[in-house]
Amino acid sequence: MRVKASSYPYVAWALLFVAIPLGLIVYFSFTDAAGSFTLDNIIQAGIYSNVIIKSVWLSVISTVICLLLGYPLAYIMSRSNPITARTILLLVMLPMWMNFLLRTYGWMTILENNGILNQFFGLFGLGPFEMINTQGAVVLGMVYNYIPFMILPLHSVMSKIGNDVIEAAQDLGASPISVLSEVVVPLSMPGIKTGIIMVFVPAVSTFIISQMLGGGGNQLIGDIIELQFLGNAYNPNLGSAISLVLMVLVLMVMSVSGFLSDDNLEERVL
Amino acid sequence: MNDIIISLQNISAEYDGEKVIENMNLDIRDHEFVTFLGPSGCGKTTTLRIIGGFVEPTEGDVFFEGKKINDVPPYKRNINTVFQRYALFPHLDVYDNIAFGLRLKKTPKEQIKIKVAEMLKLVNLEGYESRNINQLSGGQQQRVAIARALINEPKVLLLDEPLGALDLKLRKEMQLELKRIQQALGITFIYVTHDQEEALTMSDRVLVMRHGKIQQNGSPEDIYNEPINAFVADFIGESNIVGGVMHQDYLVEFAGVKFECDDKGFEPLEAVDVVIRPEDFKMVSVEEGQIVGKVESITFKGVHFEIIMEGHGLKWMIHSTESREIGAMIGLTLDPDDIHVMRKMEESVI
Repeated sequence: MRVKASSYPYVAWALLFVAIPLGLIVYFSFTDAAGSFTLDNIIQAGIYSNVIIKSVWLSVISTVICLLLGYPLAYIMSRSNPITARTILLLVMLPMWMNFLLRTYGWMTILENNGILNQFFGLFGLGPFEMINTQGAVVLGMVYNYIPFMILPLHSVMSKIGNDVIEAAQDLGASPISVLSEVVVPLSMPGIKTGIIMVFVPAVSTFIISQMLGGGGNQLIGDIIELQFLGNAYNPNLGSAISLVLMVLVLMVMSVSGFLSDDNLEERVL
Repeated sequence: MNDIIISLQNISAEYDGEKVIENMNLDIRDHEFVTFLGPSGCGKTTTLRIIGGFVEPTEGDVFFEGKKINDVPPYKRNINTVFQRYALFPHLDVYDNIAFGLRLKKTPKEQIKIKVAEMLKLVNLEGYESRNINQLSGGQQQRVAIARALINEPKVLLLDEPLGALDLKLRKEMQLELKRIQQALGITFIYVTHDQEEALTMSDRVLVMRHGKIQQNGSPEDIYNEPINAFVADFIGESNIVGGVMHQDYLVEFAGVKFECDDKGFEPLEAVDVVIRPEDFKMVSVEEGQIVGKVESITFKGVHFEIIMEGHGLKWMIHSTESREIGAMIGLTLDPDDIHVMRKMEESVI
């Protein structure tokens, strides 16, 4: 069985870097510093329920904005000629070649109280507006950083929708809006689902964006977790417990809303 | 005539700066089965797409029941299309595919149910309502595509090489089936194909196209028996095409022999193309033959033998139910009405 043998490295990889760390997190979550079993960490994680709710809320907003912005662009890309499509794709990918921190620093200098935008508004005697250290800035940072992960899966699904299917819908009496709602959206559902997961999951656990653009007042759950490992509050057991709670919450939300269900749509469409 | 349903007037179309249709004029009558026939790139599909509204002509007007419809988008035209690769909706089952058009029109549910059942019966797919599209064979998908288009009760159905992907036997069945459906519903079918046999079998009228122009417009019998030029003759069925000279009315010379023929109205000594169908040769003894030659090859074709004979410096294709030995000398004769004399085309095509 050559296929089987060739999969061993991946199995080893998955064990080493996925299964074992996950097991460790579960272990830390249910033990105290001395290593004996306790539920205290999980109970203590409940203190941060407000932060968790805020993280989920901001991530949902960011994901919706990514979808609203990314969907039309992906659709335009899939219907334009290959050269135009590739150029847009390159432009979407280009910022990703820059360091994540650097990109976010860039936004700091733009949004700061005496940053580029406020200086510009100042020319007209406006402002300064408080843009940095707001929830809006955090959402902006999330959208900016994660929107490529929405566009890419959408583009790959939509470019497989044949022109003839769209023409068939028009032929049968579908106005442009009906074409979109009856054919394009249902056929791109796998891409929408993938895009939502790819944006929502990193957004909900981010800590750099909230630290840099949100200031001290907009701590997200990722920041709290970071504090438990690297900060003054050093408490890996609590940090693991919060991570576990967040992970379970995300999985629950996604399975309830059908994102992980296998309805064979992808198989039928692609 | 008032029963003209579609009229194309001075239509030209370009694709990537290249003219694909040149100044086409065409009237299509109600209830007619019209076929555009031609090799790929002749503009037949483009013509169909102009009627469907998917391509805008660069010049000229399209009329539907006397009204100009140049600016009417496809979804507002009372015309439906059966696409080349079916273009069924993969996210919908058979029922929902067929119901698609009626749902857009907000037809009541019970009525949709009745009409879908009617359509499934028409295309012989009863009991397939809840099948997925990818569970169907090519032929079944084709039937769904036809049902999906016909349920909207279009005045005109456009069919773009709908049988191209099917195997020979299924294709023949579907040809008869389409003809039956067209006659049962009495609507206009405009059909595109490069298969001459398909065109001849189904159509009331065939339009042979080449380089964006209609070469000949006539009944299948006319097109086959009286091709207007060497291109049509060559494209429709098999033929021997040789150069000749018209001596006078009813007298043509080719292969160094003078023949009586049925054609007239040419200039004295005008160079012409002479077309002879392979089944029109009669094989006789060498002494009786007008053309004499040696059998080069014989191929069994089922109903007939295809014999290639070399004689008078030319190769002749003969279809006959009789066989001969390879290398045998044979003679051929022709009746005057077997010889089709036509004007030389501006450009050589064969």
